[in-house]
Amino acid sequence: MNRGVKFTGVPSMEEIKACPGTPSEERFEKGPVVAIECVQKIPCNPCEAACPFGAIEVGSSITNLPKLDEEKCIGCGICIPKCPGLAIFKIHKNYSEKTSLVEFPFEYLPLPEKGDQVPCGDRFGKYIADGKVLGIKNDKKNDGTTLISVEIPKEYFMEIRTICRGGER
Amino acid sequence: MKETQVVVVGGGPAGLAAGIEIAKSGGKVTVLDENKKPGGQLFKQIHKFFGSREHLAGTRGYEIGTKLLEETKELGVDVILDAPVYGIFEGKTVVYSKDGKQHQIKGDKIILATGATENTLAFPGSDLPGVMGAGAAQTMINVNRVLPGKKVLMVGSGNVGLIVSYQLMQAGADVVGLVEAAPNVSGYGVHASKISRGGVPIYTSHTVKRAMGDGEVSKVEICELDERFQMIEGTEKILDVDTICIAVGLSPMSEIAWTIGCDFTFIPSFGGHVPKHNENMESTLPGIYVSGDISGVEEASSAMEEGRLAGIAASEALGLYSEEKARELKGQVWKRLNTLRDGEFGEKRKLSKKTQISRYMEDANE
Repeated sequence: MNRGVKFTGVPSMEEIKACPGTPSEERFEKGPVVAIECVQKIPCNPCEAACPFGAIEVGSSITNLPKLDEEKCIGCGICIPKCPGLAIFKIHKNYSEKTSLVEFPFEYLPLPEKGDQVPCGDRFGKYIADGKVLGIKNDKKNDGTTLISVEIPKEYFMEIRTICRGGER
Repeated sequence: MKETQVVVVGGGPAGLAAGIEIAKSGGKVTVLDENKKPGGQLFKQIHKFFGSREHLAGTRGYEIGTKLLEETKELGVDVILDAPVYGIFEGKTVVYSKDGKQHQIKGDKIILATGATENTLAFPGSDLPGVMGAGAAQTMINVNRVLPGKKVLMVGSGNVGLIVSYQLMQAGADVVGLVEAAPNVSGYGVHASKISRGGVPIYTSHTVKRAMGDGEVSKVEICELDERFQMIEGTEKILDVDTICIAVGLSPMSEIAWTIGCDFTFIPSFGGHVPKHNENMESTLPGIYVSGDISGVEEASSAMEEGRLAGIAASEALGLYSEEKARELKGQVWKRLNTLRDGEFGEKRKLSKKTQISRYMEDANE
């Protein structure tokens, strides 16, 4: 039973759907977009300035939840490594007919390699399905937060958020 | 005896920020720290900080530490390291030891920025090697690059417990679980989510019943708690671990403030007894200021702001700033402090700070 982030450490699907950083179902259909899974009012706003398209708004009180303007967001993912909470994910639901692309921040070593088949997990790190590593971004400006994109079965685009640590399936 | 305008005790984020502000105003300042390196806990903070982007949010803690040190150097702040302060005597004479000798320095004003110390937790086996403070484990991995163990149980779900768990995993350890006596996670959800994604089970309403092992920890027994925090028999679980990290809060390091006679007040959300102070961070003893965790346990960002506030106020009192200029500068800091104390996690600290200041004012009006 998932009673929400305060009890389990992981936001529940209800919390994620209700948060202003989550794109609409229609927007997911249209192409790459970020999902900002920031559900608690903490004093933090670097995501707002990170977006070159002005698609993220926190506003004058820095404890406001970041609000995503889904029409302005092109899914570039520049904001992902700027989030100290590692709570932003890029999602391309219709990457192909049967697969989606999920990009997430990853701060563990060793890193996988492009083309690797990796076990992918949900927000609890529980194995969901295998994915194929399509991209690894490790630019200096990301300051140690690597971005990894994996191609995964489409039905899990709202679930898969990481590579299972330790490679467990 | 050496003399200066301001002596700052403690060279962590609060003390360095205070030193920087005094130097900026043209004041002469000496910062004393018992450690061999300045920066307090900042250099073990390898994660990116929260906060406002104008104030280094998204920057890793050790990088913030580096920036502070560069600034102290540029401004000519005198920093004396490896110099534990063991007393402050009449006439604001600070006594410390250095190179095995006793030294004295006299200041017109003194800023206490001594920080906080980790709380401990007693349970059968808690004296076994392998049981340690989470801060100790963090120093081992991030400063000394030594892994304290391979299989860790973390006790406490505040931000320290969550962050150190994450960093232990980054350093290559397995965190087999995190236990929290309360029914909910007390730190930021995003920190909890990081370790959850790493597969760490969070056991809320749980505690450690005992640690087991022959000469060192090899197993731990955890147990569920009822709503009155009593252990529920039959819910015990045994986990294989070689390390148990305790992250059950911090207490202000206030010994010096007590010995010189600062008035204290009890505020549990700030870690217990804290010195009363006014909006200038001045304690009930004129010319003695407090800032950072000693004035109430919070985090590095607010510690730096409080240090700035104390620094500006001390400079004003020394006549280095006009009243008008000081009001403007202090107003800016208070605005940032209030923002850091906003939201569901900050509200309580904002109220606590109000209470602490109002208790100072009550005394002043008597």
